[in-house]
Amino acid sequence: MILIVTTASGGTLPKSARELVSVARELASGAQVAAAVVGPEAAAAEMANYVPQVYALTSDALQPLRAEALTAAVQQVAAAAGANTVIMAANRLGQSVAPRVAVRLNAALLEDVIQVSGTAGAYEAVRYSYLSRVTETVRTVGGDATVITVKPNVFAVAEPQPGGAVTAHAPQLDASASRVSVGQRSAASGGRVKLEEASVVVAGGRGLGSADAFTALVEPMADVLNAGVASTRAVVDAGWRPYAEQVGQTGKSVAPELYIALGISGAVQHLSGMNRSKVIVAVNKDADAPIFRIVDYGIVGDVAQVAPALTAALKEAKGS
Amino acid sequence: MKLITVLKQVPDAEARIRAGAAGVDLDGVTFVIDGMDEYGVEEAIRLREAGNEVEIVALALGPARYEEAIRTALALGADRAVHIETDVDLDPISQARVLAQVVQQEGADMVLVGGKQADWDSAALGPALAEVLGWPHSDWTTKLELAAGSVTVEHDTDDGHESLSMPLPAVITTQQGLNEPRYPTLPNIMKAKRKELAKRALDEFGAGAGLTQITSQQIQTRERLGKVIEGDAASAAAELVRLLQSEAKVL
Ligand SMILES: Cc1cc2nc3c(=O)[nH]c(=O)nc-3n(C[C@H](O)[C@H](O)[C@H](O)COP(=O)(O)OP(=O)(O)OC[C@H]3O[C@@H](n4cnc5c(N)ncnc54)[C@H](O)[C@@H]3O)c2cc1C
Ligand SMILES: Nc1ncnc2c1ncn2[C@@H]1O[C@H](COP(=O)(O)O)[C@@H](O)[C@H]1O
Repeated sequence: MILIVTTASGGTLPKSARELVSVARELASGAQVAAAVVGPEAAAAEMANYVPQVYALTSDALQPLRAEALTAAVQQVAAAAGANTVIMAANRLGQSVAPRVAVRLNAALLEDVIQVSGTAGAYEAVRYSYLSRVTETVRTVGGDATVITVKPNVFAVAEPQPGGAVTAHAPQLDASASRVSVGQRSAASGGRVKLEEASVVVAGGRGLGSADAFTALVEPMADVLNAGVASTRAVVDAGWRPYAEQVGQTGKSVAPELYIALGISGAVQHLSGMNRSKVIVAVNKDADAPIFRIVDYGIVGDVAQVAPALTAALKEAKGS
Repeated sequence: MKLITVLKQVPDAEARIRAGAAGVDLDGVTFVIDGMDEYGVEEAIRLREAGNEVEIVALALGPARYEEAIRTALALGADRAVHIETDVDLDPISQARVLAQVVQQEGADMVLVGGKQADWDSAALGPALAEVLGWPHSDWTTKLELAAGSVTVEHDTDDGHESLSMPLPAVITTQQGLNEPRYPTLPNIMKAKRKELAKRALDEFGAGAGLTQITSQQIQTRERLGKVIEGDAASAAAELVRLLQSEAKVL
């Protein structure tokens, strides 16, 4: 049995959940697929349109979501479902919970994979290493089970296969599940498409010059393209943009269809978060900037002039 | 209180990585303490400088060359170090089971470890260590304050950030933003040579052969068009949009 674990804030499944379904179906080959959905019942019901067996974890004790509580819940659902494989999205939560689950299940961990094949006990996965400069193949050689985290935005989203059954599951949680208390939470930036789910990303770097210029040049382009907005560390350190927008080694990892880099030099630590984008465009006034080594299309020029011209041209193209 | 900072030694980010038939070839590459782990060493030193009575123990599991990174941590301010010296490439889950034994033997109150390793691109060691120890954990930590028997942190989440409070002992994974690591001074580098660096063997910990194995490694390459579009802003922009539509087909 392959168990998908996903969380849903609000009533809807994240895009990554349907990517996990694709992975699970590929691996299943006769084996069963089940899903644990943490969040409102509506999300579990939606998941039943994709997998035959859904465990709905609606308990208030799981909110706000904490790694230790989720770990305990996943262990219990895995036992109930008889799962030997657990798959989760390689987002921040997944990357903190999956290692815990692996320890509990005495499982091998395949982390942040972009391909996976084989059967339980002998999986083989492809992932990146060395700040995304290396592609490596890893196989499981031990453990009683396997936990897999899947890089977001790599696998296709699955098509529905309606008719799944939903079972409520109330996790048994001990005191350790609530010993971390959650204080102040920042609100997620509203309105715009989520960076990790965006198929187009417009990213800005220090070359934009100021926080105001960032807003004035990046946001209108992102609006036209219905794109996510991303930043470099230099921009986040300068306080121009929130950390949630940072792409790179210490930020998010994205691989959209189109990544437009404005005023970004192309440091290795930034590239490691975006160098798998399908098409990369850069605007930089320095023809020797390292970013130009990995672009499909580059414009050497001042962002203050090129960005508004590009936004206007995109608007025209989208309008027609 | 006793703080353990776990560290790795990794290729310098700017180093040119090659791959041969046997996988990544690190011959001639410059190695450094993993930048992510450095934040933990720095934070431990700052906790001492803030007036807390702390002993700082650097802990590393890796080949002989790691000694240089360990000496750097000692030069920065760690009091002593434990090096489990091995050429075995253990996966992070198996490593956590080994490192946890040292943490327990030391009776540490807090473990600081980098949030993502620059060689494996793995974020698993911190949470796995916390789980083996049965401790709470803060991932992607950007701020840390000690109180009596507990620690309050700020950390980044998928949607933004939040503050957390947790009892000690705890595992803290560190990252950019937590602090600005200092550089070791020459006198401290000299002093570090005399600090205790205990060597342990992997055999002492019943580690087994590991749970995963890397079977091949290649330098990631992706064919890029590398087209530079000429002209003034308006005509370059128009040409780019045309290419994105008709050639790249992403609009
Ligand atoms: C441990 C560690 C982790 C890191 N993690 C990350 C990470 O996750 N993400 C990340 O992004 N970085 C990360 N970094 C930092 C990284 O090394 C770079 O410093 C950073 O990416 C640079 O950001 P930038 O490109 O915006 O700025 P710069 O490097 O300053 O580049 C600005 C660019 O803008 C161009 N420019 C200037 N003016 C104009 C103009 N008018 N028009 C057009 N172009 C112009 C310049 O030619 C230049 O190329 C990390 C570093 C370390 C040590
Ligand atoms: N065509 C490419 N596509 C994506 N990333 C690349 C490409 N070429 C080089 N890189 C990355 O860019 C960085 C610098 O590469 P190089 O200039 O070859 O040392 C490394 O992180 C490479 O992995």
